Amino acid sequence: MIDQVKDTDLGVRADFPVLSRLMRGKPLVYLDNGATSLKPQSVIDAEVAYLRDNGATIHRGVYEFSERATTMYDDARVRIKRFVGCPEDGEVVFTKSATESSNIIARSWGAKFLRPGDRVVTTEIEHHANIIPWQEVARATGAELAFIPIGPRGEIDPGDVARTINDRTRIVAVTGMSNVTGAMPAVREIAQIAHAAGALVVVDGAQLVSHHPVNLAELDADFVIWSSHKMCGPTGVGFLYARKCLLEQMDPFLYGGDMIVKVTKDRATYAQAPEKFEPGTPNISGVIALTAAIDYLEAIGMDRIADLEDRLLARAEEALGEIPGVTLYVPDSVGRRGGILSFNVDGVHPHDVGSMLDSEGIAVRAGFHCAQPFMRHMGVGGTVRASFYLYNTAADVDALVAGVRRAKEFFQ
Amino acid sequence: MNLGDDLYREIILDNYKSTENRKSLDDATFSQEGFNPSCGDDVTLYLKTDGDTITDVTYDGMGCSICLASANMLCNSLKGATVAQAEDLIGRVKAMLVNQEQPDFPDGAEDLEAIAGVSKFPVRVKCALLSWNTLHQIVQEIKSKPSDR
Repeated sequence: MIDQVKDTDLGVRADFPVLSRLMRGKPLVYLDNGATSLKPQSVIDAEVAYLRDNGATIHRGVYEFSERATTMYDDARVRIKRFVGCPEDGEVVFTKSATESSNIIARSWGAKFLRPGDRVVTTEIEHHANIIPWQEVARATGAELAFIPIGPRGEIDPGDVARTINDRTRIVAVTGMSNVTGAMPAVREIAQIAHAAGALVVVDGAQLVSHHPVNLAELDADFVIWSSHKMCGPTGVGFLYARKCLLEQMDPFLYGGDMIVKVTKDRATYAQAPEKFEPGTPNISGVIALTAAIDYLEAIGMDRIADLEDRLLARAEEALGEIPGVTLYVPDSVGRRGGILSFNVDGVHPHDVGSMLDSEGIAVRAGFHCAQPFMRHMGVGGTVRASFYLYNTAADVDALVAGVRRAKEFFQ
Repeated sequence: MNLGDDLYREIILDNYKSTENRKSLDDATFSQEGFNPSCGDDVTLYLKTDGDTITDVTYDGMGCSICLASANMLCNSLKGATVAQAEDLIGRVKAMLVNQEQPDFPDGAEDLEAIAGVSKFPVRVKCALLSWNTLHQIVQEIKSKPSDR
């Protein structure tokens, strides 16, 4: 029993100041990590330190503080590249969010290269950010949007991927880890199938990268999107990984300062990627603090975080599954899953469960999770979602389970 | 904080569980669907009118307890009311929920005071308002049509 508790607590809670705050007068039980992660003190300190001790912009200043800010900013790019095992330099673009990254792919690659009759393949389990940009670019270019058939709980069979891809398929966009069920589709296998058909692969890594060790060289995707705020870093910083040859072919997404080589009255020539996609003054403090988040996660180890989430997920699934009238949205035999659990209580709306948990200091997400097509596929008008991260413990799971029991009794 | 006092008062739960008004009206004069994209609450109001008088009003759809309780109260408080009275009531509900004003409801609509606590939960205000915003659309439609009397 003692071992079980130790195995379900990485002993990092003291690093996160907000965990000592009260919510609705109760100790905070934060289980909305699928939406965003809490920040450790070191990340907060790094962001404050730049704002307090430097404050200069990057790339343009000829003075010491600007040089120092530039060094810290550029160092963050080296660190994030190493964190995800990106093989080449210049392949990670800083954006403002994973959503912006997705839009850059759809607009700067899709709008330029898709032709009428081309096919873009995606799935119904995607976050809206990995569907809507493709809907729009398909409409604008005359390309066709096709969906890989999925099982009752969003299970993806690579065989169905092969059957959905035709010789006109240019893009296969799939999540690396569902933000609804935690399911982790076989992205490598899907990439092999797509590449064999001559299609490019877009992986939504927003959940995957923050919860599991990722090596982009092994993943073999052509584009990957994710964000800083889900991996203990600041909000307002997202990432776009793309193979260098693709970034070179793509047109800029936004135009302006800090992305050009030469500008005349009539035209401009553009810098190489990644700068080509980073016009304007970026989120310097956020990018610099990201380095502290990477330091923090690497010191703990992404494999340990993933293992912890496995155990918390198993504990939550077992205990919630024992409550009569609780439905768990757990996919069948799709291999490993990330620490996300969606459920409903019979006869109680997800928002009511969420509000009851809120009154106990427990933060969960309730609703569609930006995945309306998936909700429609499962025939539910939303779910309650608990999602775990490195600072969660068995006690958090137990608080959730007790809260769900109380919500059920209250509304019965 | 006592959630039972602030958000889920007993009157709200009673209205949520009541099914008397939860049905479509085949002979409705007006019907309108209201949808809340952030949470999926989806309520259709059915109004039967005779001249300026609302003779019957029902709702169906799905939503959380706050949303459906509010819709049920709407139905109970509007039967026999005039369109002008309905418009007045919309204003009072919004004043209470959005501007956090002291509730002030006419006879027959006092139950609505029970949802005053919702104003302390900004994300749930839209749940309570869905049916009233939908009613507002119907009232606008009624007012835009020439009277058939």
